[in-house]
Amino acid sequence: MDHQPPPFFKRGPAPVALLCLYVALSLALLVVDARMQTLEVLRQALSMFTHPVQQFAHLPAQVFDNSGSYFASVARLQDDNAALKKIGLENVATLLRTQQLEVENERLRKLLGVKERQRASGQAAQILYAARDPYSRRIVIDKGQQDKVLAGQPVIDDAGIVGQVTRVFPFVAEVTLITDKEQAVPVQIVRTGLRSVVFGLGDGQLELRFLPANADVQNGDLLVTSGLDGIFLPGFPVAKVVHIERDTSYSFARIFCTPLAGVENFSEVMVLDPRPAITLPEPLAREAAGRPAKTLVKSGLTKKKRLKKE
Amino acid sequence: MQTSYSSSRILLPVRPWFIGFTLLVALLLNFLPTAALPAIPDWLALVIVFWSIREPRRVGMGLAFLFGLAMDVADASLLGQHALAYVLVAYGGLSLSRRILWFPLGEQALQVFPLLLLVQIVQFGVRTMAGADFPGLSYFLGPCFATLLWPLLTFVLLLPQHQPVDRDANRPL
Repeated sequence: MDHQPPPFFKRGPAPVALLCLYVALSLALLVVDARMQTLEVLRQALSMFTHPVQQFAHLPAQVFDNSGSYFASVARLQDDNAALKKIGLENVATLLRTQQLEVENERLRKLLGVKERQRASGQAAQILYAARDPYSRRIVIDKGQQDKVLAGQPVIDDAGIVGQVTRVFPFVAEVTLITDKEQAVPVQIVRTGLRSVVFGLGDGQLELRFLPANADVQNGDLLVTSGLDGIFLPGFPVAKVVHIERDTSYSFARIFCTPLAGVENFSEVMVLDPRPAITLPEPLAREAAGRPAKTLVKSGLTKKKRLKKE
Repeated sequence: MQTSYSSSRILLPVRPWFIGFTLLVALLLNFLPTAALPAIPDWLALVIVFWSIREPRRVGMGLAFLFGLAMDVADASLLGQHALAYVLVAYGGLSLSRRILWFPLGEQALQVFPLLLLVQIVQFGVRTMAGADFPGLSYFLGPCFATLLWPLLTFVLLLPQHQPVDRDANRPL
C-alpha cells in the first residue's frame, strides 16, 4: 500500500479519470445514435446553438454571391430573360397538352375504378451547404420544422430525384442524397418496365443490385421511381445506366448508374409533400384489425388467391 | 504561464475571453463551406490542441467534448464522433504540455502532428465501424497542412500575451 500525500493544490479529478468519463460518454452517444436513433431531440436542442454560428459562417459566401449577381450586366439579364421566354413559349404546347392529358387520364382511371394518381406538390427550398464530413453524402436545406417539413419527404430538382429528408431541425433539414451508401430507391427501367432497387455507392454513383446476369439492361437505360415504397411518387427520373459488368461466375450483374439530378451541385430543390399512407381495402383492414396475430399469414394467403384469380 | 524555448520575454497571463474567442473563430472556420477543397485543416482540433498545451488548466476535455458535439450536429455526422476525437486530443495535449514547450517551434509541430492525425484516425475508425468506406488518402492531408501551420498559429495566438519591450538598465529581463 502506498499512501499519496494530500495534494497541495485543488485541481479537480485526475486527468485519466476525466478522460475515461468523456470517452465513455462519447462512446455511449455513438452507440445510441448509430443503433437506436433516439437522440434527435438532443440534436435539435444543440442545433439551436450551432445554427446561428453556421448562418454567420455562410454570410461571406452569400454576400459574395449576391454582389456578383448585383453587378451582372443588364444585357446579360435581358438575354437570359429572352431565352427563358422562348423556352416558356416552346413548353406551352406540351404543358397545355399535358394538363389536358392528366385530366383525361384521371377520368379514365375513375371509369376503370383504379385509384387516382396523386398530384405532385411541394415547396421550393434552397441548398445551404453540403456536410463537411466526407463520409456523409448529405446536404442541408433552408426549410425545417417551421415550414412543416417532415422526415421522409422526397426531394427533387428540375432533372430528377435528389434524395430524401432524413432529419428535421427547427429551421433547416438534412437531406440524404440518393448517392449516400445508406440510401435505396425503388426504380423501374423505362424501356422494359423491369422493377428493381437502386443503391448509392457513396462515391457519386449508384448501383442496380440483385439483377440476374442475363437481365435485359442496356447502357443508357433510364431509371424512374416505381413508387412501390409508398414514399416516392412513381415516374420521377432517378438515374441512367452507364456501365454493366456481366461476369458469369457471379449470379448477379454489376450495373452502375449516374444520377440525373444535379445531386452534388448547389442549386434550388423542391421538397415534395409526403404521400398518404397506403391503406388496405376495407374487408382486409377489418380482418387485420380483428385478428392482429394472423395478419401476416392472412394477407399472404389473400395475395396468393388474388394472383390465382388473375 | 509557462516558460518556453528561446524566449527571454515573459508572457502576460492569457485572458479567458480570448481563449473562448479563438475557439469560436475556429468553429466558424470549420463551418465555412469548404467541403469540396482538399487539405483543409480541422481548425477546431488545431486550436484545442494549442490551448490544451498552453493552458491545460483552462481548456480541457470538457470544453473539447462540448465543441465536438457542436461539430457533430453541424456536420450531420454520428453524434459523438468529433467529441471522442477532440477529447482524446485534449488529453494528448495535456500530457504533452509539460515538455513540448522546451522544443523549438518546428519540433513542436512534429510532436503535434500525431495528435492531429489521431483526430482523423479516430473519426475514420468510428465511421468504419458504422459501415463506411475508406474516404481516400486526401482525408489525411488536412493534418499535414495543419502541422505546417503550427508556428504561424503559435505566433498569432500568443500575440495578445506579448508585452511591450521596454529596456530597463536595472532589470535585465
